[in-house]
Amino acid sequence: MRVFRYGFLLRNLIVRDFKIRYRNMSLGVFWSLLNPLVMMGVLTFIFTKVFPNPSIKNFGVFVLCGLVPYNFFAVAWVSGTTSLLNNAALVKRVRLPREAVPVSVVLANGIHFLIQIGLLLAFVLGAGYGVNPHWLWLPLIFGLEVVFVCGLSLASSAMDVFFRDVRYIVESTNTVLFWLVPIFYSFAIIPEQYKTVYQFNPVAAVVMACRLILLENRQPPFSILWKLTLVSTVALLIGLAVFRRSKRRFADYL
Amino acid sequence: MASAIEFRHVSKIYYRHHTRRFFHRYLMERMRRVPREPFYALRDVSFELEEGGSLAVVGPNGAGKSTLLSLIAGLSFPDEGQVEVRGRVAGLLELGSGFHPDLTGRENLVVYASLLGLSRKELRDRFDEIVEFSGIGDFLDEPLRTYSAGMILRLAFSVAIHVDADIMLFDEILAVGDQAFQAACLEKIRELRRKGSTFVCVSHSSELLKRLCTRGIWLEGGQVVRDGPVAEVVEAYQLSLVAHAHSAGTGRG
Repeated sequence: MRVFRYGFLLRNLIVRDFKIRYRNMSLGVFWSLLNPLVMMGVLTFIFTKVFPNPSIKNFGVFVLCGLVPYNFFAVAWVSGTTSLLNNAALVKRVRLPREAVPVSVVLANGIHFLIQIGLLLAFVLGAGYGVNPHWLWLPLIFGLEVVFVCGLSLASSAMDVFFRDVRYIVESTNTVLFWLVPIFYSFAIIPEQYKTVYQFNPVAAVVMACRLILLENRQPPFSILWKLTLVSTVALLIGLAVFRRSKRRFADYL
Repeated sequence: MASAIEFRHVSKIYYRHHTRRFFHRYLMERMRRVPREPFYALRDVSFELEEGGSLAVVGPNGAGKSTLLSLIAGLSFPDEGQVEVRGRVAGLLELGSGFHPDLTGRENLVVYASLLGLSRKELRDRFDEIVEFSGIGDFLDEPLRTYSAGMILRLAFSVAIHVDADIMLFDEILAVGDQAFQAACLEKIRELRRKGSTFVCVSHSSELLKRLCTRGIWLEGGQVVRDGPVAEVVEAYQLSLVAHAHSAGTGRG
């Protein structure tokens, strides 16, 4: 795959994106932590004081397990989608492997994801859950989520060049997904007939697997793992195919 | 000698509503084949440039000069005819594409060099030379927004000429530099030409073109009006400008 032959370029683009975001900000990377913390606080308040749900222990950590993967997904997908338009000057004027543009933006968000995963693990340990061998599954699971977002972003960024409405479709989808991913409720209370569908949603699958590993000390079931692998791989292949088909005409439309 | 660039009956067509295109419109076109009104940015352009050649492209705004360069650079593709380009192309099609004002000169330099296709090792070997030629000096670690336009040009140009491309494209960029830097650029370009690099330059400065290039093409309305030795073509073009004084091209093409 062509994307992977341009390691130096990709690395530079990722670093560039990361630096641009934090340059001239006094709090820097702290902002990466603030958003999930605020959301965690708000949701914990609502679901322990307003709609108390005694069946879930440690609601703060529970909800953070959902927020961290969801946040990465939502933010990375939107910025991936708009990446070609935001870098129009680059795409129009410089001959670079164009796949590198959305992929580098998603991967730059991956750095924030790592920081937030660090935050999550700190909360998990702080709440008294121990380290367990199933943690070794985490890199794979989070890695597959990154692959999935890369695939989606390749396709959606290419379409966004031709139809600028795509960005709004992506944003609306994210809003819907906030409710359809088990972030502030548990997978257990989903009615049986919808459970399979949930597992095919990679974000939901990542959240579920994450909770099983971190909070229940259990190995994620293979039914989740293979679906996650399948959907992520297919998304990447479709993304690359869509991108390749349309990239010749990018310069004419930007 | 083998040709570095070959255009065979090349046309580039844009359609009027490219800028405002809605999905339903797109579907309608797809299904009913609504006739679209074409606009030829280039029409039936043919030429050949041999390896080591240097071509000046002149013409008024909107003549198709930039379209021509982006076809050579492989950034866009012809709708009719064939474009053949042999070798590594490095283009300065716009001053500092990919530069970010909040990053330092050094950071921008690294990103830009990798965008133009330098590997980590190539960049390491040439880094000092690039900085030296740019003459940025102490500003290297200052954010780019503190740079003047001339300094940004020097940085971008310095990276571009150290890529060792077989074919180099310049779109109206040398105009920003001061006399001393222009002289240094010309010297460097002559040196690269002796090494066999091919050049294509777009500029409204006929003096510069006459010093840089040997061959000239005059484009107008997307078509080749004249093709020949640079002095002849540039002078003919300027005569036509005098004749239509009101349509003098002053901006970018």
